[in-house]
Parts: sequence; structure tokens; C-alpha cells
Amino acid sequence: MAVSSPDTAVRTGRVTRALIYALLIVFAVYYLLPFYVMVVNSFKPLDEIRGGAMLALPKLFTVEPWLTAWNSAQIGVSPTGLSPYFINSILMVVPAVALSTVFGAINGYVLTKWRFPGHDIVFGMMLLACFIPFQIVLIPMARILGLVGLAGSTPGLVMVHVVYGIGFTTLFFRNYYEAFPTELVKAAQIDGASFWQIFFRILLPSSGPIIVVTVIWQFTNVWNDFLFGASFGDFDSMPMTVALNNLVSSSTGVKEYNVHFAGAIMAALPTLVVYIVSGRYFVRGLMAGAVKG
Amino acid sequence: MSITQTETVPIVTTATARERLQGWLPRLVLAPSFAAVLLFVYGFILFTFYLSFTNSKILPNFTFVGLQNYEKLFAAPNWWTALSNLAIFGGLYIVICTIVGLGLAILLDQKIRGEGLLRPIYLYPMALSFIVTGTAWKWFLDPGIGVETIVRSWGFETFTFDWIKNNDMAIYTVVIAAVWQSSGFVMAMFLAGLRGIDNEILKAAQIDGASNFQLYRRIVIPLLKPAFLSAFVVLAHLAIKSYDLVVALTNGGPGRATELPATFMYSYTFTRNQMGIGASSAVIMLVMIASVIVPYIYAEVKGGQSNGR
Amino acid sequence: MAFLEIDSLIKRFGPVEVLKGINLQVEEGGFLVLVGPSGCGKSTLLSMIAGLDTISEGEIRIKGKRVNELPPSQRDIAMVFQSYALYPNMTVGGNIAFGLEMRGVDKAERDKAVARVADMLQIGHLLNRKPSQLSGGQRQRVAMGRALVRDPQVFLFDEPLSNLDAKLRVDMRTEIKRLHQKMGTTIVYVTHDQIEAMTLATQIAVLKDGVLQQFGTPAEIYNDPVNVFVADFMGSPAMNLVPARVTANGSAVAVALKRDNEPDLLLEAGRGAASLARHDGREILLGIRPEAITDTDGADRTARTVVHAGCHVDVVEPAGSDTFVVTRLGAREVIARMRSDARVRPGERVDFAFNMDKAVFFDPATQARVA
Repeated sequence: MAVSSPDTAVRTGRVTRALIYALLIVFAVYYLLPFYVMVVNSFKPLDEIRGGAMLALPKLFTVEPWLTAWNSAQIGVSPTGLSPYFINSILMVVPAVALSTVFGAINGYVLTKWRFPGHDIVFGMMLLACFIPFQIVLIPMARILGLVGLAGSTPGLVMVHVVYGIGFTTLFFRNYYEAFPTELVKAAQIDGASFWQIFFRILLPSSGPIIVVTVIWQFTNVWNDFLFGASFGDFDSMPMTVALNNLVSSSTGVKEYNVHFAGAIMAALPTLVVYIVSGRYFVRGLMAGAVKG
Repeated sequence: MSITQTETVPIVTTATARERLQGWLPRLVLAPSFAAVLLFVYGFILFTFYLSFTNSKILPNFTFVGLQNYEKLFAAPNWWTALSNLAIFGGLYIVICTIVGLGLAILLDQKIRGEGLLRPIYLYPMALSFIVTGTAWKWFLDPGIGVETIVRSWGFETFTFDWIKNNDMAIYTVVIAAVWQSSGFVMAMFLAGLRGIDNEILKAAQIDGASNFQLYRRIVIPLLKPAFLSAFVVLAHLAIKSYDLVVALTNGGPGRATELPATFMYSYTFTRNQMGIGASSAVIMLVMIASVIVPYIYAEVKGGQSNGR
Repeated sequence: MAFLEIDSLIKRFGPVEVLKGINLQVEEGGFLVLVGPSGCGKSTLLSMIAGLDTISEGEIRIKGKRVNELPPSQRDIAMVFQSYALYPNMTVGGNIAFGLEMRGVDKAERDKAVARVADMLQIGHLLNRKPSQLSGGQRQRVAMGRALVRDPQVFLFDEPLSNLDAKLRVDMRTEIKRLHQKMGTTIVYVTHDQIEAMTLATQIAVLKDGVLQQFGTPAEIYNDPVNVFVADFMGSPAMNLVPARVTANGSAVAVALKRDNEPDLLLEAGRGAASLARHDGREILLGIRPEAITDTDGADRTARTVVHAGCHVDVVEPAGSDTFVVTRLGAREVIARMRSDARVRPGERVDFAFNMDKAVFFDPATQARVA
């Protein structure tokens, strides 16, 4: 076989293989179906959906639901559409990802190349922090944000996401730098490079892959977050996920399924694009988060 | 050499302030992050723990009431609903994700043409927000327009699928959506495990006369033990934290039929103004997660150290 | 005052003492080799000289100046690492120039210095390559270039040849020796390879378990080991160490070696006979190198005490330039080094010549040298 797939020792017969392909395709359909439903129905007029033709392609193709979802759908009390919340999310995600990545890189550098007594305890505590249920911090966080005047603001949400993202970013960079030869750091020390020079001139130029992994991981997590957005965001800072949920679960008026689907795709699109463009790094991030590298 | 001797060198030098700063620099650089984690994670945990022993209502107050909140918590029918839902949801979620993930991984590992296309299809739901997943499945499972209507339009007039509106069955729709979202990820973990197995072991087993089924049951699956453990830990901790998906899919309903500890905590704390009870439920959640995560991390860190150096 | 002085140096990691009071002095232009089995503390000692490890107790002085508190960059040292530690993101030229750049040397001067070193090491054509594009030997040269370019007071080498294959290792060894002879810089060199130690060093320090066993010239270490460990560690094949009993009869001192099914072999003591006489009747350990046991024609004619004795040949191992012959003495296998054309066959009885001038004697209990 010309395909360079990894060699498996297992041999299978023809019928078995046909069965395997059939099963794999059935599952592919299962995974694709909900997204297909979202896409086709976001381009249908509402009565086509109500008529029970959810799986059919649109008879009357319309972009109206998309425009409504973006510009004029009722979110909470105001008919603003999702656009302001999309912008809120971007304003929140960019600094949150940038800051948590920077902190993670520096922490990983110190925890591997400038070890001090107790470094493993510090790392262990930061690692455990990745896994706490955030419900345990909601009440005091709401108090603190109120005290420092960041309640309901984008900077407040940025701070929350940075603080609770540092654990994972540190984990990523620590594991990556752990494998980075320490002799290089020693050589640079002897060459007279300072703490920061070693970081910027020696480690950072070799950190491309882990930076990509970390940025994707953080971007996906922060963009997709709901709990913090719902707890600490208000109109000026509410992220896309919360706005989408408000749109979908608002109990007043007619349920505009097509608009809901269009809105859901909008909320999914940024992370989906990242996934499609750099799926390899995305998977690596997932794995690194799951098993210590 | 005479030149070297004319250089004046102090016999004893001590570190200058600058050098001493250099020595402390790594710790200084790490300090903000560590301080943030100490305060915002461990400090807050202690604060919430403390609140769980006070009669805080809409705002925190510091009147100590002992174990009253925990007594009230475990007397609340909703909390028991949440716990039994978590048991059903968590159990099914972990088991089904593991079976589907392992099955897909084994099937994909048979030199499949188009693996490069199938794998990302299985995995993409992981990139979506639970809110998006919830929205999609909410309407897809809705009896008024979704699966039930579709099947009826094919001629099965009496077909009924109204789990999402059914008090007894709604929790299973959460399982369906959650499995859809996470099983591809479990597949990826098992696939990585499978690809890490030395092919010579498999060849040796075949020469020993093992059938394909025996090969997987006796050799491959036992070798995947670490992947099973990782999958269990990740899934268990996701299950206990589950919040967004329930909110988007059923919002805890119908009634309180899909209440989970996370939604319970949120509603008691922020809408029912029972902060003390909310705090105590959060503490219970933390204990549940810690009992899964702490042994795992302890073993990982220990193992890493003995392998590492 | 020596150029580099290491004074009662102690290193602790937590409660564990890995270096237990080391004293060493190197003259300017000297080539000190630290040798010992892995875990003996030699690399830690080198790291402490470099300033990469802190000092628990004691003092390191370079040209009389205490450097304990100085960071590595201010000690005026350069180091060649076992893995070469070339910066993967920089070119060869960038790697060599990095140390100068960090010290604020301007670009033109850096280029000149790099060109000079590249010329010396014949790596001029590699300057624009990345380390990943180089062979092992080339990387080794670049690593040396990076050290040479700064013209430091002391060179430190941490097992620099251990990642090279056997042939290249011998070439690079010669190269390092030539560089040292040409530049006359002080060098401290860590290795676990005793042949490297013998060939390169002006002085050798043998370490074991954080304790300095012996410090001396290669000849002293080889011919006059102070204890069993040093005797056994240096030299290949290793020195024969055979249990024996001292028999003194007036001025005639000899050692008796037990043999299987034969009377004891009596070897008259040469050098050290006087000190050995004090141990009359006691068990000692005879140390004699393989090249001091030869066939009778190959014996050293200038030696004063050569004992001829017939021994049973167990195994014959031709090695090209020599033939190693194994016999059994004192319940140990004893290796003799004979000429390649010596006619010896296994199972035969052959006359061996023991050059007892080269023999040394140890106390089996304390392992220390007695004569």
C-alpha cells in the first residue's frame, strides 16, 4: 500500500474491512449531523423548519437569519443582535490569551532552568489549580471584582481568565522546557548572558510549537467559557457564549430556530477555524492537558 | 606573567546588590503568578470553605453556624436529585465515551484509507463551546421540530422521542450531547496509546497464534492501561464540573429533572440567595474532584521524577 | 601561589555530602584532569569552578582571587560541554560570537575574532550553518571555538569527547593536546576515561565518592598509586591485584603467592623491600601491572629485580601489538603482557618474567599502599 499509515500487525479480511469502513462512516455521520443541522437550518425560513424538514436542504435559501442574529436579534432586553458580544469576546480573549501565555512561558522557564528549593511544591500547587471546580471560587471572586471596581467589566474577565489559565500555560511550558537541554542555559551563563537574555535569545526562539499549542488551548478555553462570563459579565462585557444562551433560552415570543442556529455557528466559528487551520497543535494541547508530557 | 600580577584583585569579594538581585530574580519573576494562584485559588477555596459554615444569604456574612448548611444541603431534595443525576450522567458519560473512543481508535488503527479525514471529523466537537453543542442538540432533540418530527415525516406516524421534555429521561439527553462532544477526544487519547505500542510485540503474539480478538483482549487493551486512566480522570473531572451544557440544553429542566451539582450551586448562590448552602455544595464538588485528581497528579509527579532524573 | 586553587571544598545537596573537602592546585598553563567513576563528584567540582553550582564550604581562587561569589560570566572561564550545548537557533558564527556579544564587543571585532578561531579550528566554511547541519566532530570543533574565542584564563572541559566515535575521539584528543601546547592556557578537564586522563594531563586528580584519592602527575598516578582504587582504576588492562604473604628472611624479602596443585610461588621484592619487611608474615595485596609480567626475552633489561618463574597458561589473547596471557596465581586471574610473537599455547607451562621493581603492595584491610 502506498499510504504511509503506521504499520499495524493486525490483518483483516475483506468482509471485516467493509464492516469497519461502514462503522467508521456511521460515526462520521453521527458527529457531523448536528453541525449539518445547524448549517442547513440557518439558511431556511422559519416555517420550513417548523414543517418538519430539519434534515432537508433549504428550499428557499435565505441569509436573513444570519443578519438577524448578527444585527437585530433580541438579547436580554435590547435588540442588538450578537455583534456587540462577539466584539466583547474578542476584546476579552486577546489580552487574556496573550497575558496567560507570557506568564506561562516565564513560569515554565523559571521552574525548569532556575530551580530553587521548593520549586516542585510551587509547580504542584499551580498544577492542582488547573482542575478545581470553578464554583469554589465564584463567591469570593465576585466580591474581589466588586472591591477593585472590575465587576462586570472586560478587564475583570481578562483577569479571571489569566489567573485561572496560568496553571495550564505553566504546565505546557514547563513540560516543554523540561526537555530543553539545561547545558544550553549553562553555556549561555558562562557566555555572560543574563536571566532575560537567556530567555529571549536561547529559549524563546525554540519555543514556536509550544507557543502555538498554548495560544490555541487558551483561545479555545477562554472563547468557549460560559461560567465566568455568565457570573461576572454584564452588557458591556458579556461574551458571545452567554449572549447566545440568552438568545436561545429567552422565553418570550416565537422561537426563531434559524436565528439560533446562525448564532450558534457564529459562536463556534472562531474556534472551529483555529481547529481546522491547526488541528495538529490543538490535539497536542488536549493531550498535554490530559497526560503529563 | 608580570601583567597579571599588576592587576589589583581584592582577596575577598562579596556579592554586590546587583548580583544578589540576579540571584533572586527567578523567584521574583515567578512570584506574581504564584501569589495570584495562592490568593485566587487557595485563598478563595479557604474563603468559600469558611462561608460554608456561616449563614450567608444574599451577601457573605460571618455568623458562624457550624454544620447547619451541610445539614440543610443534604436535606434538600434538589441536592439529592443533583447527586443522583451526576451519578447517572457521570457513569454513562465515562463508560460510553470510553467504549466509543476505544472502539473508534481500534477501528481507525486498521490502516484505514482516509484516516486523515475521519479523525478530525470525530474530534471537532471538542473545539466547540458547550453552549453551541447544547443549542444544536436542544433543537435537534426537540419533539416539535427535531428527530421525532423527522422520523414521523418518514411515515412512522406513532414514533415518539420526547426525552428532552420528559422528567425521567431528560438526563439521558445530556449524556447524548456530552458523549457527542467528548468521545472523539477519548478516541484521540486511545489512538495515541495504540500508536505507542511496539509492533514487534503484536507480531510476536501473532506468531504465538493469537487471533485478532485475542490480540486486542490479551495484549493491546492491557497495554493501554495508562490511556484508560487518563481518560477516566479527564472525563470524571469534566462530568463533575459540567455546567454549561446543562444550562444550554435543558437549563436544569424540565422542572429540576437535569439538576447537577454545578447548576445547584449556581442557583442557590446567585438566584435563591442561599450563599451558605451554595458554598457548602461547592466544597462538596471540590472534594469529589480532588479525590479523583490528587492521587493522579501525585502518581504522575512521582513517576515523572523517578523516570526523569 | 598556584594559578587555580581549590581549598577544602565541600558540596552538599541537602544532607548529602557529594564533595568532602577537596584540595587541588594547578599552575598556570597546567592541564588538570579530574577522573573517576560516574557519581564521584568530578562534574560537580567542575560546575563549581565554573560557577554553575554554589559552594557549600571552602574556597576557589583564580590567581589568588576568591571567586566563590562571582557569577560564571565574571570568572573569565570558558567551558566545553559534553553535549556541546550549541544554541540551535543560531548559526555557527553566531554561536561562537555569542559570548563576545554578551560582553558588549562590537560587531567588527567579533567578526575578526570569530574568523581567527574558525581558521585555527578549520571550520571557516561552516560559519553560516546551523548546528543541526553539522556532524559530531564538527559540533565538537564549534564548541571548542566558542570557548577559545573569548581567550579566557581557564578552560573547562566536561567529558567533551564522550559523544564521539572511537576513531574521532583519538583525533580530537590529539587536537586538544596540540591546542593546549600551542596556547598554554590552563585547563581543567573532566573524564571517566583513564586513557584520556593519562594522555592529556600534566596533573591528574582521581576522585571517588567525593573524596580525592590521589593528586599527581600521570606517571605518579600510574606507577605509584596510593591505594587499591587508584591502582585498579588507572591502566588498561587493569593492574593485577593478587593476595600474597610476606616472608622476610634477613635482608631477603619476598611474597608468596598460592597456586593450585603446586607449591607457592615466591617472588623476591624489589623496590620497597625495606618497608615490606615490617609486614613479615602478614597477608598483603601484590599489585603488578600486566606489562611488568612478560616472557623472559621481553623482560626489561634495566630492571634490577626480575624473577623468572614457570606458570601454567590458562588463556592466550593475541591483541596484535601484544599477546595477553592469563595464568592463575593466588586464586586470581593474572594477566601478563607478552610480545606478539611470543610462542605460548594454552595448557602449557611457560617461564614468566616478573619485574618486581614495578610491583606495589597494599594492605588488604585498609586498601592503602604499604610499600
